[in-house]
Amino acid sequence: MTNLKGALSALIVAGSMASGAMADPVDDTLIINEELTIVTRTAAPAHVADVLDEVMSGWLFRGTETRAMQADDFDNPGMIFVEQAEDVWNTADGSEGKSCADCHGASSDMSDVRPTFPKWNDAAEKVFTLEMQINDCRENRMGAEKWKYTGGDIVNMTALLASVSRGKPVNVAIDGPAQSTWEDGKELYYTRTGQLELSCANCHEDSYGKMIRADHLSQGQINGFPTYRLKNTKLNSAHARFKGCVRDTRAETYSPGSPEFVALELYVASRGNGLSVEGPSVRN
Amino acid sequence: MRVSIITTIAAAVSATALGAAEIAPTAVSFEDGTVSQSLSGVAGDPASGSEIVGSKKLGNCIACHQVSDLADVPFQGEIGPSLDGAGERWTEAELRGIVANAKIMFEDTMMPSFYKTEGFIRPGNAYTGEAADDTFGPLLTAQQIEDVVAYLSTLKE
Ligand code: HEC
Ligand code: HEC
Ligand code: HEC
Repeated sequence: MTNLKGALSALIVAGSMASGAMADPVDDTLIINEELTIVTRTAAPAHVADVLDEVMSGWLFRGTETRAMQADDFDNPGMIFVEQAEDVWNTADGSEGKSCADCHGASSDMSDVRPTFPKWNDAAEKVFTLEMQINDCRENRMGAEKWKYTGGDIVNMTALLASVSRGKPVNVAIDGPAQSTWEDGKELYYTRTGQLELSCANCHEDSYGKMIRADHLSQGQINGFPTYRLKNTKLNSAHARFKGCVRDTRAETYSPGSPEFVALELYVASRGNGLSVEGPSVRN
Repeated sequence: MRVSIITTIAAAVSATALGAAEIAPTAVSFEDGTVSQSLSGVAGDPASGSEIVGSKKLGNCIACHQVSDLADVPFQGEIGPSLDGAGERWTEAELRGIVANAKIMFEDTMMPSFYKTEGFIRPGNAYTGEAADDTFGPLLTAQQIEDVVAYLSTLKE
């Protein structure tokens, strides 16, 4: 019995490897506006090298037309929201009568920011996502209302801050004070949730490159966030995507902005250290 | 026509009579990953089984497996092996064990446990993202498992 099972699982492994190869990521290079080359695959960072050789952007797993849309800002529907956020960046709001630009200068001066988020915030003594940082400025520096965590205003602003960082390598810190949050995120990544008992790793580490029903599984990287999805024709934040993926395991999800998703975001971002920031990206 | 109505009634009656014989998800006995006793006490219906295997709303086995016999169902996944010839590779008891709870035969497999109600982390109410409530049941009923097993048994290479 044991031998039989062994032989069969050997067959199964061989079979699934063969079919996996059929749906491999494409061999293609993303060059935006014919000038900016995006790193969509690179050697895995040390902290995931035991499970992945290479890390790959979700762009490599999408179809020809979807990939082409992201290569030209005129065709990328996400860029409309970047323009809207640029206006907001320059508009005063709140009791202090200040705009983001009043304190930070041009949005293009922020190009080193997106690659390092989520990151530890000393004053708050916790890891901040970009959304948390933006809301912190609105509440505590501008005297303005917080934006809804996954609402249009904030997702547009994260698209602006991603767009000015495009081409720069994701480089989140996982040590120092952020380390315990990173470890919480790692634990969540490998936890098999819901009635289907599936973890992020089951789909995005063990099965990337394969088809699950109609979907070509990627590594579930977040270097492309926020993503403009053709499916819902709007920008989607990483936490909204996490929520959808957890829901699809027939689980009770966590909420966007919850400590669990902040930790998960830090961990997932760190798996893409070395890939270029490419948000707002286009996905189906 | 009349005959079939009577047969249906007879089947229904015997199913009810055997109601007590239905094995609850928590009471299934596995031997090396196999389950020899019928879960419902009623023979499986391969036609219904084929529907369950192909339907996104029921077994959704096609999300992960290819089945040539269901060639008209689009978008067959490739997470698990093709189920072609499953009826030759496995006995009925093995198939029942695999479909009821594949994790006993294949440790740590990605394949969901279709006849299990306990031991989940953050179980949800289907695909709503909300917590499970008291309507929570196994992914497939005892009879649906029997139907799927009956269908898989017909898959010969
Ligand atoms: C009154 C001045 C002020 C305004 C207005 C302001 N900020 Fe800030 N912001 C700061 C200061 C000071 C810091 C750095 C201190 C800290 O870490 O909290 C900061 C930090 C940031 C950072 C993190 C930068 C980094 O290198 O880590 C981002 C992103 C940011 N702000 C975005 C915004 C956005 C978007 C707006 C407009 C909605 C805005 N800020 C409005 C003062 C301001
Ligand atoms: C049942 C399989 C499955 C599980 C489990 C799953 N996902 Fe996904 N995920 C998908 C599919 C399918 C897509 C869309 C295709 C793709 O990019 O892989 C996707 C897309 C994503 C994307 C978008 C990638 C991009 O480039 O646009 C991210 C990020 C992601 N998943 C993260 C996660 C995280 C984090 C978890 C664990 C909480 C998770 N997923 C669990 C199936 C899954
Ligand atoms: C999330 C993916 C997934 C789903 C959904 C799924 N399976 Fe599987 N199944 C697998 C994997 C992976 C294996 C390989 C076993 C292993 O992990 O070693 C497998 C193995 C099997 C096998 C044994 C392999 C063989 O030789 O035929 C059978 C039979 C089977 N599955 C039937 C089903 C049926 C019936 C359903 C639906 C009720 C189903 N599976 C749903 C992933 C899945």
